Amino acid sequence: MEHFDLSLVNWSRAQFALTAMYHWVFVPLTLGLAFIMAFMETLYYRTGDEEWKRITKFWMTLFGINFAIGVATGIILEFEFGTNWSNYSWFVGDIFGAPLAIEGIMAFFMESTFIAVMFFGWNKVSKKFHLISTWLVALGANLSALWILVANAWMQYPAGMHFNPDTARNEMLNFWEVLLSPVAVNKFLHTISSGYVLASLFVVGISAWFLLKGRHVLLAKRSIIVASVFGLITSLFLALTGDGSAYQVAQKQPMKLAAMEGLYKGTEGAPLIVIGALTPGKDYTDDKEPYLFKIQIPKLLSFLGYRSSDAFVPGVKDIVEGGYTYTDKDGNQRVALSAEQKIERGRVAIQALADYKKAREAGDSAAMVYHRKLLDENFEYFGYGYLNDPKSIVPNVPLTFYSFHIMVGLGFLFIAFFVVMLYLIYFKGFKVNKWLLRSSILMIPFAYVASQAGWIVAEVGRQPWVIQDVLPTVAAVSRIDASAVQVTFFLFFAIFTTLLIAELRIMFTQIKKGPKDGGK
Amino acid sequence: MNLFKRIFLFYYDGFKSMTIGKTLWVIILIKLFVMFAILKVFFFPNILKRNFKTDEERSKFVIEQLTTKPK
Repeated sequence: MEHFDLSLVNWSRAQFALTAMYHWVFVPLTLGLAFIMAFMETLYYRTGDEEWKRITKFWMTLFGINFAIGVATGIILEFEFGTNWSNYSWFVGDIFGAPLAIEGIMAFFMESTFIAVMFFGWNKVSKKFHLISTWLVALGANLSALWILVANAWMQYPAGMHFNPDTARNEMLNFWEVLLSPVAVNKFLHTISSGYVLASLFVVGISAWFLLKGRHVLLAKRSIIVASVFGLITSLFLALTGDGSAYQVAQKQPMKLAAMEGLYKGTEGAPLIVIGALTPGKDYTDDKEPYLFKIQIPKLLSFLGYRSSDAFVPGVKDIVEGGYTYTDKDGNQRVALSAEQKIERGRVAIQALADYKKAREAGDSAAMVYHRKLLDENFEYFGYGYLNDPKSIVPNVPLTFYSFHIMVGLGFLFIAFFVVMLYLIYFKGFKVNKWLLRSSILMIPFAYVASQAGWIVAEVGRQPWVIQDVLPTVAAVSRIDASAVQVTFFLFFAIFTTLLIAELRIMFTQIKKGPKDGGK
Repeated sequence: MNLFKRIFLFYYDGFKSMTIGKTLWVIILIKLFVMFAILKVFFFPNILKRNFKTDEERSKFVIEQLTTKPK
């Protein structure tokens, strides 16, 4: 790895992370608010109550602001693929191409067509057609998310593909295997439900502010009820899909799971850390106690990760040194190779690709067959061949650990919050305490923190891989000048910060104004 | 009124009656201009598309990148 320009790799990663995180500021609210608006408009359609129309239109305005500011921020990620990650883009081309093309053609056009009807069509199209358009906007937005999340899931678990050494590209063997891989299904459901919870908290928080100010009381009460019910259902679903996602991580990305739990040394009947602090500077090679303090639930990690309370959960040290038994994707029991052994096999694979290329150019069919066989036999470790140090397969443990625990802790806080809110509404009407209304406002930034933390777990936890085991970031990056990447990093930082400030200013102004025609 | 005219008027009236939407459209247009006319053109060329004419050349280049150590 010392041959690679780490400054280039780190700046390219930082730039991609910055762009993706800013993009993700806008996306989850769009995903969730679209459905909340659709529920509210459905109530208008069914009851004919004009107040529901006013409520729908108010949230639609905020949806429009968020959509307008956020739209196309994801395109920059595609620019970066072509410039900063050209090796990667070529390598994955066919796998990424199909889902993204479907996203562009189907979901985006569906979304953008019906969004015009949604905003311009009040009193111009029938109530039924308008309602259908609102629902289709919500479905379209979520469908857009499906394809990009399928592509991301493939990077975490490259299923349904085959590497073609003639073209240096991965080619799709089975579309359904890519689309319906357990990682993709869990990732999609977990990610969109996180958007639903965030949007619910957004609606409850703003409505609580109206109640504290004594303004638009009916709008606020009705919005809180709709958003709290939606929020409670989806936050429970979020916990369920979170469990599904973590189970998949245990099976397919054990190093990420070890980092999420700060588990340096594996054990049978592994406990789940509920709250804890890691010992700074801890390395898997030393004997330091991993935690400064911890509160744990015995055997729960084994149970959640392997559905058996006595199952062995490998730690960082076990995964680097190998030698433990695990079940592979075909259900066979295998003894894990050490990182060093994987690095050796990865080098064999890379050399086989180079030799295959030479044999092809020389027209030597026998040599081509030989090197192709060697490549295929070792391809599952291809990416390890770029690493020099076994330690480099260990991600940033503290960042992954704390992000994971913040995400999970806030997730359970949101469930409790919705339960308390609905309980108080049901038993005490809306005579809820001011502290609850104030804490409702605080939940909005918490929701964004949890949402971003989730992506940090997913992406930092899988380092050093761009594609799990097959391509590390050092090999995926374009060999361009690191200073050029630094320039665009700061350029993006300025542009996105401006956009965020613009969004917040317009959004706050609109919230202060309240619904256009007053409301009750 | 034919269908195309009705669709045109639907959008025309919609854009005309916008309030906050006008500000948002200005932001969207500035953003798209910055992205496509500045960032894409000056900072984000598609390296493989720019430097090579055929997919075969691109494959050859990427294999070389993947199988040789950086200089």
